[in-house]
Amino acid sequence: MINPRLAWSAVLLLAGAAQAVEFTEIQPADSKLVFTSKQMGVPVDGGFGRLSGQIRFDPAAPSAASARLEIDLSSIDAGSAEATEEVVGKQWLNVKAFPTAGFQSTSVKALGGDRFEAVGQLTIKGRTRDMTAPFTFKQEGTAGVFDGVFVLKRLDFGIGEGTWSDVSTVANEIQIKFHVVAGAAQH
Amino acid sequence: MSSTTPYSTPAKLAHWLIAALILAAFPLGLYMHELSLSPEKLRLYSYHKWIGMTVLLLFMPRLLWRLVRPPPALLPGPAWQLKLAEATHWLLYLLMAAVPLCGWLMSSAKGFQVVYLGLVPLPDLVGKDQALGTLLADLHSSLAWALMVLIVVHAAAALKHHLIDRDDTLRRILPFVKLPSGETRS
Repeated sequence: MINPRLAWSAVLLLAGAAQAVEFTEIQPADSKLVFTSKQMGVPVDGGFGRLSGQIRFDPAAPSAASARLEIDLSSIDAGSAEATEEVVGKQWLNVKAFPTAGFQSTSVKALGGDRFEAVGQLTIKGRTRDMTAPFTFKQEGTAGVFDGVFVLKRLDFGIGEGTWSDVSTVANEIQIKFHVVAGAAQH
Repeated sequence: MSSTTPYSTPAKLAHWLIAALILAAFPLGLYMHELSLSPEKLRLYSYHKWIGMTVLLLFMPRLLWRLVRPPPALLPGPAWQLKLAEATHWLLYLLMAAVPLCGWLMSSAKGFQVVYLGLVPLPDLVGKDQALGTLLADLHSSLAWALMVLIVVHAAAALKHHLIDRDDTLRRILPFVKLPSGETRS
């Protein structure tokens, strides 16, 4: 037998979960951006320590979502002290002239389930290119967690000029993984 | 007579192949270490690692072959020289495995997996650990220098046998050399 009171509670709970929750506050301490480059076929991991920005994301209305992310390029760890020192230099990220990289979304669409796709523009080293990044969304407690992977072609942004533009030593493709945690703003 | 028995063909092949690889890897290691970061440096590091892994790869069948088919007995000589020759050979074997193994571990500890020939990823036997990486780098370099010293001693002894003693010690490891069997050269 179904207990009518229990059934009502379940309905109320479901209604509560369906209530619009928008995730807005990026939590920099929990968010991270890591990447894997390939040198002579060897995968080398790196990452950025500082990621900030604004997000508006309601899983119930993804088409209204937007994101603006900013990465402090000086917070890079390229996998070794020698590489980290090298990549902030002129031929690579030229961090002195271009201290941040940014992503501005233009549209977000649902791919079904917890999968979505963000389309937008990525600006690095003064160059802006269109990019598409699929991501998953999960709610963990009161926070929303966005996880995605995309491949960036470094030469599209002039990352690694001169002798470094040779992609047989450092591959053109760099895999980028983002993990963004944002707090909820209740409406 | 055993004194003129040459080394077997596989043993000769392994000896000279590994010798050539070691003698290429050592100066390459010294040179690349001094370069500032560049695509050339990344390439040379990879070549150095591939050479080292090839030595390690050849080492295993070579050691097995030596155990299955022991080399011809040492030519007669003063006891201390025979002992020294025996010790040098085993130390050479130890180092020809230890130097590349140490380099492999060091690469992993420094956060760079070894990908043999750019195709075959070798497992990282230790995790990324800068302190361990520095320690293994020192060890790799010390052992490589020790190996070089031993190779010099080994080659000098072979030349001494060839030029001064005028015996078959060197000749019996040389490729394409036929030793008249049953005869000892004066």
